[in-house]
Amino acid sequence: MSLYSLQKLLYQLNRDPDSRARFKQDPAAHARAFELTDEEMKAVLDPDIGLLYVLGVNGQILMHYAALRGLEWSAYIEAMREGVRRHGPVRAGIYAMVEE
Amino acid sequence: MPLVFAGVCSHAPGITGRKDQADPAVRDAFYGAFDRMRLAIEAAKPDALVVVGAEHFANFFMDNMPAFALGMADHYEGPIEDEQWLGIKRRRVPGDRALSERLIARVMRDVDVAYAEEWKFDHGIMVPLNFLTPRYDVTIIPANINCQGPPLTPLSRAWAFGRALRKAADEMPERIALVGTGGISHWPATPNSGKINEAWDREFLKRWSANRRDELLSYTDAETYREAGQGGFEIRCFIAAAAAAEGATGEIWFYAPIPIFAVGCTIGVMNL
Ligand SMILES: [Fe+2]
Repeated sequence: MSLYSLQKLLYQLNRDPDSRARFKQDPAAHARAFELTDEEMKAVLDPDIGLLYVLGVNGQILMHYAALRGLEWSAYIEAMREGVRRHGPVRAGIYAMVEE
Repeated sequence: MPLVFAGVCSHAPGITGRKDQADPAVRDAFYGAFDRMRLAIEAAKPDALVVVGAEHFANFFMDNMPAFALGMADHYEGPIEDEQWLGIKRRRVPGDRALSERLIARVMRDVDVAYAEEWKFDHGIMVPLNFLTPRYDVTIIPANINCQGPPLTPLSRAWAFGRALRKAADEMPERIALVGTGGISHWPATPNSGKINEAWDREFLKRWSANRRDELLSYTDAETYREAGQGGFEIRCFIAAAAAAEGATGEIWFYAPIPIFAVGCTIGVMNL
């Protein structure tokens, strides 16, 4: 479990234009600098926003990454729902989905 | 000078970013309450406004997460978010390094606070300022309580921080106003975005208005998470504002759930 590294990668993309530029040039190379599991790496690169959500990425970080990868608000919300359908409940963090 | 103003307001990004999608009647009533708060702050003639916010990884991350932070710069910048998305243009916001330094030194005698000579504002501060100091001509002193990265700042410490800010403000020759910002119940950036627990909110606001310490501090994080979502952790900012006004009671000038804003929209003021 390396949720910290995963969130750090995404946080830096949100806040640091240089990181963003490096990531855009070669996403895999950029991501390899972080200690990620294979599942986390795949979720970042696909990108699988739903899986990132299930892995426990804080919503205040993930919503900006979703926007960076071109997801509009409603598509982002749906991607999280789809993630839970495919991968099961959120595994960590404080942004779990509530069943209504 | 004794603290000249204390209040609380919502800060959800939808308040400005999705304003066109809200029911105009309730939205305009909410904006009207914000404007009433602006007038009250202006009438108090503050030399500086301390904004106790709950930021969302704009400056602080889990590599070095402070329980509390105060800004110490002559100017700040915000918003960090996309201007279109938030509906607020990026700008410089005035600060006062020397005043911050004096305040921080006094707060530190009671609460271990981190200071930051650089601080970029996110919606947690920019949305309130958009309404409360729309000309950006009021000196701002940003304050932060960790409501995002567990372990979170305990409620009892949020109260202590509010008390420390009050003592510091009272000892300054300047006139200091204070606003706490945040959600009550809400589930932002989750599939449940738009969900609001109105009954929980109203009970919390009743306790906030009565300003009884024990009632405000009796919430557990497990209970808050269950009933009010992770957004409910931001009650820390409301609690700090109440503590800053200990001895006074408050009034809720506005409360209404506005789902497209993803929060029960709130304006509350303490009668100092
Ligand atoms: Fe917030």
